[in-house]
Amino acid sequence: MIETRGLVKLFKDKKRGEIRAVDGVSFTCAPGQIYGLLGANGAGKTTTLRMLATILEPSDGTAIVCGHDVVKAPQMVRANVGFLSTATALYPRLTSQEMVEYFGRLNGIPEAELKKRLDEIFTRLDMNSFRDRRCDKLSTGMKQKTSIARTLIHDPQVMIFDEPTLGLDIMTARTILEFIRECRQRGKTVIFSTHVMSEVEKLCDVIGIIQAGKFLAEGSLASLREKYQEQDLEEIFVKVVAPHYKPEEAA
Amino acid sequence: MPLRNIGIVYRKELTDSLRDRRTLISTLLVPLLLFPLLSVGFGALAFTLLKTAEEETPKVMLLGGADSPGVLDALRAGKKIEMVPATPDWKDKIINKEIRAAIAIPDGFETSLAQQNPLTVEIYKYEGELKSSISAAAVEKNLKHYRDKVVEARLQADHVPSSVLTPFLIKQNNVAPPEKVGGAAFGGIIGYMVILLCLTGGMYPAMDLTAGEKERGTMETILSSPIARFDLVMGKFFLVLTASLVTAALSVLSMGISFWGIQQLKAFDVTKNPDAAAMQLQVKLPAVFSVFLMALPLAVLFSAGLITISLFAKSYKEAQSYISPLMILVILPAVAAMLPGVELTAKLALIPILNVSLLCKELVTGTYHWNFIALIFLSTCVYAAAALFLAVKMFQREDVLFRS
Repeated sequence: MIETRGLVKLFKDKKRGEIRAVDGVSFTCAPGQIYGLLGANGAGKTTTLRMLATILEPSDGTAIVCGHDVVKAPQMVRANVGFLSTATALYPRLTSQEMVEYFGRLNGIPEAELKKRLDEIFTRLDMNSFRDRRCDKLSTGMKQKTSIARTLIHDPQVMIFDEPTLGLDIMTARTILEFIRECRQRGKTVIFSTHVMSEVEKLCDVIGIIQAGKFLAEGSLASLREKYQEQDLEEIFVKVVAPHYKPEEAA
Repeated sequence: MPLRNIGIVYRKELTDSLRDRRTLISTLLVPLLLFPLLSVGFGALAFTLLKTAEEETPKVMLLGGADSPGVLDALRAGKKIEMVPATPDWKDKIINKEIRAAIAIPDGFETSLAQQNPLTVEIYKYEGELKSSISAAAVEKNLKHYRDKVVEARLQADHVPSSVLTPFLIKQNNVAPPEKVGGAAFGGIIGYMVILLCLTGGMYPAMDLTAGEKERGTMETILSSPIARFDLVMGKFFLVLTASLVTAALSVLSMGISFWGIQQLKAFDVTKNPDAAAMQLQVKLPAVFSVFLMALPLAVLFSAGLITISLFAKSYKEAQSYISPLMILVILPAVAAMLPGVELTAKLALIPILNVSLLCKELVTGTYHWNFIALIFLSTCVYAAAALFLAVKMFQREDVLFRS
């Protein structure tokens, strides 16, 4: 379960002064659901998700993730969260297994239990053929699988995906999307940011649209279609975002 | 369980660093090779070059002197010199190193000598050019020998014994034991090298573990794990400290082997070459241990400083450009300690790096000023703690971790 309450994030920029990257965002993601956070570049998606993963601290407001406050108990939150983005790379000089083991240990999993989980995940994701290969020698697909294994090792209740398919080829992207679906089947709370409409249409149970740090619309695909009288999600998105869109803010 | 987590990070960083060629070169290879190359290799090379220069028969141009055969004979009699006939472009020839020096003997030199009317013999050389200076010195030596003979002949003619010129003798004697003699000559260099290698040893791991992590995109990955940032920075710090200390330890070890090597070189055999007495450095184990002990808090200071600075950088390259000026900042006080006459005082004992460098100079000679040792150790510990505090603080700052 994720519940954000008026999340605000301010950044200071030498040229532009104070920037409100996220400006009072509140929403709720329930277990067994995929929540799609939709927004243009620079809308505030990554900042919101980084605050949920406690990589960044909110300037104001808070969020409760699995019953833990992101401001008061960030370590507890991280112990319950799996975070995956295109920016979460692998250690090139570690092997696939060492990478996953490292994160297992950081999550406090006892060695015997860790070995069991490793074997299980590596078998489930069909990774045994490259478990002893260094991450810098892996193909993109193998790297993605290793990243997935890294987020799964502590069996988190909440999964946060920040544009996980950005720059990936179709086959690798499909592996990720299937993995996201699987997370829902296992009853995890999933939040997923993207600006690929087709992914949202295929996956998301609830969609939130964000622009210039502000939360503009929320609902299931069906309710958004009804509200904005459009079938195509892209058209709905443009209708919602256009009045607030400033090209110079897209970064 | 911060200790457990720090240990996990440390072990991972150790595995990672041991697979990084740049870290291995700067931590293991450089200290192991630097001292033997610098001391034995470079020393032997310099010695060979000097010997070759001294053994060469220099070409010296004779300007005038046709009417003074006695002085010409004297020039030929002493150290071997090849006399070449005068040409008008003799100055250019010296500069172009075709000849090493020129000697101008005034007309009627021997006549004036007989009349006890002193004239000046002038030697021309290329100042700063080693072989020219050696040749000029050889010419001067031959001339002085001739002059002494003239004096002796005059005294004999007047029935005065030549001992009148040396009414008493002067002799300098060394009372310092060999380790102090060698320490005074090399103590500064030892401290300097240990300090410098403490820094260079930690440099690459520090950059790799911070700026390198940002560049490779693994910073966000590690920050998404439940580990506390304090534990993370401490794990990284201990790895950088290990690299720094291993480099320092290896440099001390290789230094010991190098000096042992020097002493095995016949070139520095005291019995054959008295000038080499200063090279007889006897590094005593307690001295080596104390130098290493003093390097400890300095290594902490460097490691924490390096982490703080390179964490600020967005990339490995940017970190390198920040750290290069730091090298100068460290080298300057370390070099200052080697300057003659710079001695430890209470004020200097508070200046970081300079204090340890000065102390190392004394430790190598076997001198232990316990109040200075305590003051320097404590003050360096305070600086190190401040640097470590800063490194931890920097790791909490989002604008540093996610600088774009």
